Amino acid sequence: MTWILANIEQILELSIEHVRLSILPIVLGFIIALPLGWVAHRYQLTRGLILTLVGLLYTIPSLALFVILPPLLGLPFIGEANVLIALTIYAVAIMARSTADALASVDRDIQQAATAMGYSSWRRFWAVDFPLAGPVLLAGLRVVAVSTVSLLTVGVIVGVDSLGYLFTNGYQRGILESVLAGVVATVVIALLFDRILALVGAWLMPWTRVKGAS
Amino acid sequence: MIEFRSISKTFPGGTTAVDDFSLVIPSHRTTVFVGSSGCGKTTLLRMINRMVDASSGDLEIDGENVSTIDPVRLRRRIGYVMQNSGLLPHRTVIDNIATVPRLNGVPRKDAHERALQLMDTVGLDRSMAERYPSQLSGGQQQRVGVARGLAVDPNILLMDEPFGAVDPIVRAELQQELLRLQRELGKTVVFVTHDIDEAFLLGDQVVILEKGARIAQKGTPEEILANPASDFVASFVGADRGKRALSIREIDGARVLVDADGTVAGRLVEAGPS
Repeated sequence: MTWILANIEQILELSIEHVRLSILPIVLGFIIALPLGWVAHRYQLTRGLILTLVGLLYTIPSLALFVILPPLLGLPFIGEANVLIALTIYAVAIMARSTADALASVDRDIQQAATAMGYSSWRRFWAVDFPLAGPVLLAGLRVVAVSTVSLLTVGVIVGVDSLGYLFTNGYQRGILESVLAGVVATVVIALLFDRILALVGAWLMPWTRVKGAS
Repeated sequence: MIEFRSISKTFPGGTTAVDDFSLVIPSHRTTVFVGSSGCGKTTLLRMINRMVDASSGDLEIDGENVSTIDPVRLRRRIGYVMQNSGLLPHRTVIDNIATVPRLNGVPRKDAHERALQLMDTVGLDRSMAERYPSQLSGGQQQRVGVARGLAVDPNILLMDEPFGAVDPIVRAELQQELLRLQRELGKTVVFVTHDIDEAFLLGDQVVILEKGARIAQKGTPEEILANPASDFVASFVGADRGKRALSIREIDGARVLVDADGTVAGRLVEAGPS
């Protein structure tokens, strides 16, 4: 406990850094997965192919990805870009399937009704399909957020300071409190992201909050 | 006027839903397509707003071939009411009713004003305007569906089993409301149902369909009941049994009508000028 109190400033700094680094992969993952999931949902032939390939991405160990990416993309090994791209890939891997499932969860009758009202397909997607897929999209995004916050700690291997630093630091110097502080702070940040997403979701999708009369 | 001319529809996979169908649907009247499930009645209805395109034949609305009209624009001028209301669950009642005017670019304020008026028209309390569809009863949802169908004041209103999913009491109420609305508005209504009683109640013209949308008989309810064209029609409308097979019985000099179960249905009187 004394170690934690003595180093509280560093823990807080690393936490803020951790939050900052987590946001971009989550956002990018969501945006990139959207068209992928849409194609997988829309064209049954591509569904298996896309979702299997994207799903396989998740099975690549992060350390391997950190090593493969730089020569592939011409990036330095040490640096944020390497970690952010790797985390975005994992985010896409989870989110693409969620997006396809989310779009499939939209009631066909409602889509038909919307078409019969005179929505063009592009407009229907944004005004009807996308918002109604919202609850399942949100569920996927919450998994992505928690997973990203957790995976980011590995980035310390390639010199990106996050709460992961507390793990290597604690291990190398034999300070158990450092590791514990890292674990707790990571969990707190993950829960924070999860909570914020749930609240934003409820705010954006007020119809999911009402109690049905029938 | 809507005219089907030798319309056929074969779906990919080879099922022929509609086989050489021809019919004239007069304006400002209610035409009901009635038949068992799978007879192609919904397919016929959806051809009118091009939710389904015919494989062959021509479909004209007031002399204009629908295949030459952009489907999205066509649909925005035809009202559509479906089973289970098909309301957008993420939009409030008022926004649901205002959907098509908003698509047509009517300012939000005007569209909402009109939506409130329509709520009065279909007998919905204005206090429900800000509710979501899930907060309404089935009957109320169906009223919102009708209001939405009427929102752009379309000439044509397509109704696909709109009262199929509500309980019998509410259904009877909604049917009466529709009759009242139709007396006031005089739309060209095309109504699909599998319920012959509903068809006879609402239809000026009733079209009884067999598999492949073959017309078993068409006419006014009176014509069909008086002269069923075939055994199929007779059995479909139940002319030979139950509440429709009334016989005269004399009791103390008065003539009463008795149905097939022996229940007294009414008294026979001379028809006065109506």
